Amino acid sequence: MMHRKFTSRLAATALGIALSGAAFAEPVEDTLTIETDDGEITLVTQAPAPAHLEGALKTIYSGWHFREDDTRGMQKDDFDNPGMVFVDRGMDSWNAAQGANGESCAGCHQGPESMAGLRAVMPRVDAKTGSLMIMEDYINGCVTERMGLEAWGVTSNKMKDMLALISMQSRGEVVNVAVDGPAAPFYEKGKEIYYTRYGQLEMSCANCHEDNYGNFIRADHLSQGQVSGFPVYRLKDAGLVSAQQRFVGCVRDTRAETFKAGSDEFKALELYVASRGNGLSVEGVGVRH
Amino acid sequence: MHRQLWLASVVALSAVTPAVSETAPAAVAYEEGAVAQSLSGQPGDPESGAKIMTTNALGNCVACHQIAAMPDVPFQGDIAPPLDGVADRYDEAHLRGIVANAKMTFDGTFMPAFYKTTGFVRPGNAYTGKAPEGELAPILTAQQIEDVVAYLLTLKE
Ligand code: HEC
Ligand code: HEC
Repeated sequence: MMHRKFTSRLAATALGIALSGAAFAEPVEDTLTIETDDGEITLVTQAPAPAHLEGALKTIYSGWHFREDDTRGMQKDDFDNPGMVFVDRGMDSWNAAQGANGESCAGCHQGPESMAGLRAVMPRVDAKTGSLMIMEDYINGCVTERMGLEAWGVTSNKMKDMLALISMQSRGEVVNVAVDGPAAPFYEKGKEIYYTRYGQLEMSCANCHEDNYGNFIRADHLSQGQVSGFPVYRLKDAGLVSAQQRFVGCVRDTRAETFKAGSDEFKALELYVASRGNGLSVEGVGVRH
Repeated sequence: MHRQLWLASVVALSAVTPAVSETAPAAVAYEEGAVAQSLSGQPGDPESGAKIMTTNALGNCVACHQIAAMPDVPFQGDIAPPLDGVADRYDEAHLRGIVANAKMTFDGTFMPAFYKTTGFVRPGNAYTGKAPEGELAPILTAQQIEDVVAYLLTLKE
């Protein structure tokens, strides 16, 4: 697969520079219909931009549209999606009596389907506490308060397995993250971070994912940096990557001192970035390279 | 032990104290984006410049720019204008200014400033994601900028 990409890019370079822009600039036209155990499901991977993005983007695209044929193909069949192994691991963890007194997630919540719909509205401001919550916060709330355990690492494998399982329960549901009311200050904070040019390279999220999506930065075909597919299985890492982890990586690449995964800054950023995907389907576990 | 210490201090010194004729990043004088004098006080080496431009951790210019004269370099990006014939469009002083700090020529440009050490938001220690230890070094040294400029000057149509 790497090889094919290599040769096609090389061929484009040899053919002349004008070609590569024209030939590769667009998100790939394709439909994400997935073979699942319960039959086929078609996801919304392209949609009109939500109203709050007026002037910034007209159409929003899942990162899936910017990947190679084989990578996109892997997400079209759960059997080929390497992320499903982690969903299974999440299921084992869900059922395990792992609390200090033998509590399990299943003991309180029954099956994981009780979480259906949640992923589509996350991050959100918790109605009871008024705090901004990412999924990891809810999970760690149960782990520490209801199960009497040490908090799971925000980017630990245990955490990401659970993110994968819970995210899958909302697969196909349309992202609808609240940006007003109690979410408004977090939305504004996230937006400010999104447009700040960090690091010695002085680059903002928008520089790459709004101004240049569809273009190539070296070998990377830039997407809109949407999080609707997260957690994603990343072929390069042979493992799951959460949105919080991805933010760390992108900011590090600007030669910046990053914020920490799970920090107030990156939580606000996740709310903002997730809201840029309002209208796309939750993918459960996406596949990227 | 003694000798090692002495060596280490020479290295440290040469890292912070520029050679006599070198212009420090903060002292570079831009005139409408252009910089007349060699930043290192020395001429550039185009061969070294080509290497710098294609090395990820250095200039990585090909991340954004295509250069038809480098057909062997894979994965050239298409974010920015191709650099073919760039020496016909700009003189040496302008090219030096663009490479040192393109923001002096193109207001708000996406192109990073390669010879600048202050004015950043949360600058890090290269690509570690961590806070810098001590003063920030420019992404390219004065001589590396000169080498890149020397290569750019070969790009005529
Ligand atoms: C220097 C360019 C650059 C900057 C700046 C940048 N990114 Fe990225 N980002 C990339 C590249 C390259 C990829 C991998 C290809 C892709 O999906 O776009 C990526 C991928 C992503 C993805 C994964 C998308 C997917 O579907 O897998 C997300 C989410 C993301 N970026 C968010 C951000 C956010 C938020 C910021 C700012 C805090 C940011 N990026 C800043 C280059 C950048
Ligand atoms: C992250 C992207 C990026 C990188 C990396 C980058 N550039 Fe640029 N460069 C640009 C953009 C964008 C422009 C167009 C100026 C504008 O309008 O903002 C530009 C313009 C130029 C120009 C003027 C071209 C013209 O025809 O007007 C030169 C010369 C140049 N760059 C050289 C370099 C060199 C040499 C390097 C590496 C040492 C480099 N660039 C690295 C983005 C980049």
